[in-house]
Amino acid sequence: MSLENFLIVAAIIFAIGLYGAITKHNAITVLMSIELMFNAVNISAVAMSRYIVPAGIAQNPQATADEVMQFLLTGQVFSVFIITVAAAEVALGLAIVLTIFRQRDSIFVSDASELKQ
Amino acid sequence: MLGQGTEASLLADVVFWVIAVSSVIAALGVVLLRDLFRAALFLIVSFLGVAGMFVLLRAEFLAVVQVLVYVGAISVLIIFAILMTRDVEEGSPTNRFRLPMAIFASLFAAVAIFVAITTDWNTIDGAIASGAITAATGQRIGEVFSNTIPWIGRMLLRDFVLAFEVASVVLLAALIGALALIRER
Repeated sequence: MSLENFLIVAAIIFAIGLYGAITKHNAITVLMSIELMFNAVNISAVAMSRYIVPAGIAQNPQATADEVMQFLLTGQVFSVFIITVAAAEVALGLAIVLTIFRQRDSIFVSDASELKQ
Repeated sequence: MLGQGTEASLLADVVFWVIAVSSVIAALGVVLLRDLFRAALFLIVSFLGVAGMFVLLRAEFLAVVQVLVYVGAISVLIIFAILMTRDVEEGSPTNRFRLPMAIFASLFAAVAIFVAITTDWNTIDGAIASGAITAATGQRIGEVFSNTIPWIGRMLLRDFVLAFEVASVVLLAALIGALALIRER
């Protein structure tokens, strides 16, 4: 269990999510794949925050002050914000999907392509 | 300072590989299954695996948030959306980019794994072993990771307070926007 292991798992999950987000016709599956990609990013952010020496400590190796130590957890705070934005995104995305489904009786992204024409 | 002997780390290794393999398989199930409802159930398994990885990374607060927000809220939202749109039997077919995208995604994963393996990361354990970080600092780092929640709270309300407030506005806007979109006219 090292940083590399977590980064490898995150890369694989991100690639799976990328594949699903581009290739799927169904809007709900696209949203689920995007959630997978968010999760992969969260894994790598938290793993980096757990294993890597922050710049503040690298420049000041004797530091024990709270102001320096708290930068160990920047990755976890970033993950909190990513989870928040993902929740907002999926709520809005599903509302849009349901609205499109009501209007044209389909949830395939290929059926909602007016912006392309 | 952070390990608890070889047996504990061996157990942690086994747990990590079980969680990693199951969440990757669950993620594959999300994109490969045609049945949307089963794909959503696999997505929940993948979310739980990520929560387990957060526990292994000493991010207990994030693990709880992951279970509450993703497993509790987002997956229920997705399952309700699947039930309300009755295209379930049609499943989720793929478009014409299937093969090129599979190749591109595999290449992306290969490049990312190559970078992760070959980069010389400045890890905390390595810096303590080589003496780049003093033992006192190393002990302090261990204390931070043994109880992260007060630190996260302090960062959220001091260094990231603007982002924290903006996040609440974003959530409110998303709530109002979703209600306005879904309202019957």
